[in-house]
Amino acid sequence: MAVARTEPVSTLRSEGRTWPIIRRTILYVSMSTIGFIAVFPFLWSFLGSFKTSEDLFDFAINNPSTYLPVVWKFDNYTTVWALNFGRFFLNSAFVSASITLAHLILASTAGYAFARLEFRGRDVLFIAVIATLMVPFQVTMVPLFIMIKNFPFFGGNNWQGAGGFGMVNTYWGLIIPMFPTAYGTFLLRQFFQTLPKELEDAARIDGASEFRIYWNVMLPLSGAALAVLTVFSFQFIWNDFVWPFIITKSEELKTIQVGLANFRQEFTTDWGLLMAATMVATLPVLFLFLMTQRYFVQGIALSGIKG
Amino acid sequence: MVKARRRRGRFGNRGGLAGYFFVGPSLIFLAVFVILPIMAALYYSFTFYDLMSEPRFVGFDNYAKLFDDLRYPRAVTNTLYFAFGTVPAGVITSLGLAVLINRSIRGIYTFRALFYMPVVSSFVAVSLIWLWMYEPQFGLLNTTFEAIGLPRLKWLRTANTAMLSIIILSIWKNMGLNMVIYLAGLQGIPPHLYEAAEIDGAGGWQRFWRVTFPLLAPTTFFVVIVYFIGALQMFVQVWIMTTQAGNNALTGGPLDSTITVVVLLYSNAFEYLKMGYAAAMSFVLFMIIGLITIINVKVLGYDSFS
Repeated sequence: MAVARTEPVSTLRSEGRTWPIIRRTILYVSMSTIGFIAVFPFLWSFLGSFKTSEDLFDFAINNPSTYLPVVWKFDNYTTVWALNFGRFFLNSAFVSASITLAHLILASTAGYAFARLEFRGRDVLFIAVIATLMVPFQVTMVPLFIMIKNFPFFGGNNWQGAGGFGMVNTYWGLIIPMFPTAYGTFLLRQFFQTLPKELEDAARIDGASEFRIYWNVMLPLSGAALAVLTVFSFQFIWNDFVWPFIITKSEELKTIQVGLANFRQEFTTDWGLLMAATMVATLPVLFLFLMTQRYFVQGIALSGIKG
Repeated sequence: MVKARRRRGRFGNRGGLAGYFFVGPSLIFLAVFVILPIMAALYYSFTFYDLMSEPRFVGFDNYAKLFDDLRYPRAVTNTLYFAFGTVPAGVITSLGLAVLINRSIRGIYTFRALFYMPVVSSFVAVSLIWLWMYEPQFGLLNTTFEAIGLPRLKWLRTANTAMLSIIILSIWKNMGLNMVIYLAGLQGIPPHLYEAAEIDGAGGWQRFWRVTFPLLAPTTFFVVIVYFIGALQMFVQVWIMTTQAGNNALTGGPLDSTITVVVLLYSNAFEYLKMGYAAAMSFVLFMIIGLITIINVKVLGYDSFS
């Protein structure tokens, strides 16, 4: 049976001998071209970040030796670092790590309950969570800013939220409004639904509390899903611009994306310097991505668009 | 029935209480930082509020003002131009890429990773990189154009091509993201359908149009909607690429050719402190996106999201 079934297909597929080789060559050439288009701007920026102003000025398209810096100098990087980028970098790392941790806790607890526990109104609440996925941040940023400015008991505010600046220009204001994660809740609910029911039943029979089942049975099995959420959240917050831009005023609090945007206003045409700053902001996430790329693909598969 | 309830009670989720404890913190944060701001946007949209004095009720004045504001129709037109410029071209590119890499050949994971790299970097960073490449005098694009005999372009510096330049960058930035979504869709198509089509004598092109494309329709719909909603919120590219240093930060590029709804919204809120007016703009944007979302859910069904 199997032989009879595969035979006609395989004869249809081998349309001569040279054709597959040509096809394969075309395939690799086109993939390499697109890959080049995708990566080249980063490479160009990387090379530019080591160039002095003279190198940049001497660049000529018909002279490939001018593509590379004459001398690889770290001057642009040391200048960028001296211009507070160390602080911006640490701010971004701290803010991204804090928010990611909050996402892991909030999304795993809520995702677990939505997937495995029964309670009244569960499905309605879950739909409500999903609905917030469709609320763009640009819609909420203005009222959110007003709320954060009028937050009671913070930044000199009284209980009515008047008199001071609230959480504007504080780490609190940078971090806390980013805690909600409908996406993470959804992702982990999808994951917890795939775990076998026998596991928790066994633990229940042993008399474990719901929290112990979550903590000792479910979480140890969720490494992959938590890793997906970690890389997604960290990358998202690291790259986020609009909220930190609105909420920070002082240099000590700015994140790296805000620092980079301001840099562009200050050093309009100093491209070597601008590209060094761009690389400082970009290389950490590119590195994180290359280390963890299978989680990115899994994350999209898990949050599954059912075709 | 009684038995089931007793079981649940005995094992710690009495009356579903444990469930509420688990979802509570998440729901509180969502309510305070997502749902409350939408209601606040509605409230502030009926007021005059400059952050200094108390909000003053002004009825529908802010909404009426949208019709008088000369920049608002400009911003809406630009935003739609951007959306219709990025979405169809971007979706076709991503589908093409997904079909291209949906095969198991040597090195395919490397190619996938390369195509995905623009997605993981920030819009601020890629806008800066492209700003340099678009630079009219020494920029890579113009020097290359000159070398191969094409005319130099002004890219971001002239009203004709400024938005187009941003569209090109944005398609490049997102092609990998939609590619991965399409890839998931492609891998959900059962292989026996292709075998059947092949036996019926369908060529590669026919197989794509008769099998792949129709079966990907829900994915395409999803990608188009999400991409379109994202395009309506475009802000960072304009902010980095066409806002002139030293100038009033409000400029939306040459002759306002790149001002978008969110750029206008931002500047009214945080430059002019017209919070009520900006809230009205936010709420109109929210209604439009809400409408698109409802259409989305109606067509695809709630199932696609759960």
